[in-house]
Amino acid sequence: MDSIILQILNGLDKGSAYALIALGLTLIFGTLGVVNFAHGALFMIGAFCAVTLNRILTLSHQVIDNTRTDFLGNPLKVDIPYIYDFFGENIGRAIIDWSVPLSILFAIPIMIAIGVIMERGLIRHFYHRPHADQILVTFGLAIVLQEVIKFYYGANPIPSPAPEAFKGSFDFGALVGFDPNTIIYPYWRLVYFCFSLIVIGAIFAFLQFTTFGMVVRAGMADRETVGLLGIDIDRRFTIMFGIAAAVTGLAGVMYVPINPPNYHMGMDFLVLSFVVVVVGGMGSLSGAVLAGFMLGILESFASMREVIDLLPGINQIIIYLVAIIILLTRPRGLMGRRGVMED
Amino acid sequence: MTKSNFTRRGVLRTGAVAGAGLSLPTIFTSSASAFTNEPQGGSVTLGFNVPQSGPYADEGADELRAYELAVEHLNGGGDGGMMNTFSSKALRGNGILGKKVEYVTGDTQTKSDAARASAKSMIEKDGAVMITGGSSSGVAVAVQALCQEAGVIFMAGLTHSNDTTGKDKRANGFRHFFNSYMSGAALAPVLANAYGTDRNAYHLTADYNWGYTTEEAVKDSTEALGWNTVAAVKTPLTQTDFSSYIAPVLQSGADTLVLNHYGGNMVNSLTNAVQFGLRDKVVNNKDFQIIVPLYSRLMARGAGANVKGIFGSTNWHWSLQDEGSKAFVRSFGTKYGFPPSQAAHTCYVQTLLYADAVERAGSFNPCAVVEALEGYEFDGLGNGKTLYRAEDHQCFKDVLVVKGKENPTSEFDLLEIVEVTPVEQVTYDPNHPQFQGGSLGSCNPGA
Repeated sequence: MDSIILQILNGLDKGSAYALIALGLTLIFGTLGVVNFAHGALFMIGAFCAVTLNRILTLSHQVIDNTRTDFLGNPLKVDIPYIYDFFGENIGRAIIDWSVPLSILFAIPIMIAIGVIMERGLIRHFYHRPHADQILVTFGLAIVLQEVIKFYYGANPIPSPAPEAFKGSFDFGALVGFDPNTIIYPYWRLVYFCFSLIVIGAIFAFLQFTTFGMVVRAGMADRETVGLLGIDIDRRFTIMFGIAAAVTGLAGVMYVPINPPNYHMGMDFLVLSFVVVVVGGMGSLSGAVLAGFMLGILESFASMREVIDLLPGINQIIIYLVAIIILLTRPRGLMGRRGVMED
Repeated sequence: MTKSNFTRRGVLRTGAVAGAGLSLPTIFTSSASAFTNEPQGGSVTLGFNVPQSGPYADEGADELRAYELAVEHLNGGGDGGMMNTFSSKALRGNGILGKKVEYVTGDTQTKSDAARASAKSMIEKDGAVMITGGSSSGVAVAVQALCQEAGVIFMAGLTHSNDTTGKDKRANGFRHFFNSYMSGAALAPVLANAYGTDRNAYHLTADYNWGYTTEEAVKDSTEALGWNTVAAVKTPLTQTDFSSYIAPVLQSGADTLVLNHYGGNMVNSLTNAVQFGLRDKVVNNKDFQIIVPLYSRLMARGAGANVKGIFGSTNWHWSLQDEGSKAFVRSFGTKYGFPPSQAAHTCYVQTLLYADAVERAGSFNPCAVVEALEGYEFDGLGNGKTLYRAEDHQCFKDVLVVKGKENPTSEFDLLEIVEVTPVEQVTYDPNHPQFQGGSLGSCNPGA
């Protein structure tokens, strides 16, 4: 029982990332009908927003410490962040410590701007082109973006720890009556799960309860009719592209303490996210969220030693296996709408 | 009146026999001395095959820096680096056998097929007489086999799997870097000393060749000292989040986690393990411990503060205080502004060793180079007295056991040397079970 609860918890944070990325992907597909293979790159750029803010906050001047030497035997140059000069060392340290959560504020405008520029500058030229063209151009864009990041930040992962207050784990098992140390869960993964629920809730509320959201939903259902009513649906869809980029970027920002970011982390998530969207149903926002969490949890179960012993290699194929089964039994995915990508 | 005996057919026959006779010595001469890419003119080309793209690109870049430095030193530039401390004095800073050293580079992408393609191109198009480099055992084994077929020497870069000089060894291939067995043999006594002989270990192992040999080596060495292996779980090489593999570790009753991971796998699995608070736990009345058998300073940087206090092994570290290491660090640091990695060190040393072997042999012929390197003992290249064993073309030297530093002074100062394990402790029989199954064969000069 404790193993099952443990893997459900593990699946939740993994599923949170899948759900957020797939949600952004579905928003873009649902509004603009574009199959965006650069979406993983947006997740990666979000993560590097956190890295960038950390670098800005730790911009330093050097002082010579004559009591210590560097690797060449010269007096050691010690970096002192400018932020210590501005706010004092204690406050400066606290700000740097909280750089990942602060990156949320930093990343939102940047990701919206990147999304809008991407849509206006490149993707809109491919609206009336076949999906294969869209896939090729967005995949090419993804490679360009990751090479740009590699050029500036290198190929190695960059450590980006969570704030001190959220380091370590808590004994969930002991809280609910199991033996100590049977179910442990890191604080930051809990934060990530809660954060994803808030973002998902905010997106649904935005689409459900605002006039803008209502128009967007109407446009998703029948773009032509909404246009005939005199509404500039293209502009709204461009904004939605920006919002989708921001959602995915935020998923990347908050992910960096879980795994140190590197330039190809977007590619690691890209294929999985498409599987999530297909399983959830093309164009279905709630399907994407549901499938994200479901596949995250299933992936965790498939990684259990007992399961691998029984079915060797299952941990590597589980997601694709489930996708095949779902598509065989429900060709439109879990919550797919009739007519979407069926022409 | 004379009668001529010349006939058309007789003339042709005589001409053919005479022609064959005249060409015979040339054929014999060429087969006796020619070999693949025999250097012509005043220069010789070496092929540096390193990952220039992909996840190991930073390690590849450091290897390339080391190669460029080695070429500079061989051609008489810079301060000479380790050529000044090398026990052999055959290298004089005038290239190799008086020929200026030039080089071409290839991108392995850390993929065996891409690495073979780039090595093939450097051999066939650029005329490289020796191929060196790489950051993965899969790549090393693949390129080594190619070099054997092509008749050029392969001086391996960073490759740690037992198989490179075990079941996949080749006569034309040489490895300076240490291997999984040596890591296990060096680490186990230090671990037993630090954590006791009554430990339950849980292995997470990258699901590929290097992972298997490292798991086997560490398991054998630690079990020999009394440790019990609770479980050994394979993790996909493409895995990025290890939470579902790490979470069950405590449930298993294990008090030690061994991460047989390298590169991005190591960074993520170690980060996840620390995130799950494993190091704060007490199991079986013992503090929970994590071990990383193969450390790389470049990769340790990715894991940040998570490496603090964690034991591992490494081939070389810039903080060593022998004259060879100091000379290399000074050369490299002055040129590039930061200390070299272990990958850079092994690549630099391999280039010098190749050049030295050619000088001592007096020929670039691969078979002459093989003969010069086999059983060769040297010193002054950063690892103390070293032997290139003839039986498997593996270098035998001291191994470093290191630990993540608690209070680093810089981003390069991440590991501290705990012990320099003497070579005797990591030496094994060529027929050791972990290395069985292959044979060197004979050297191939190609052409």
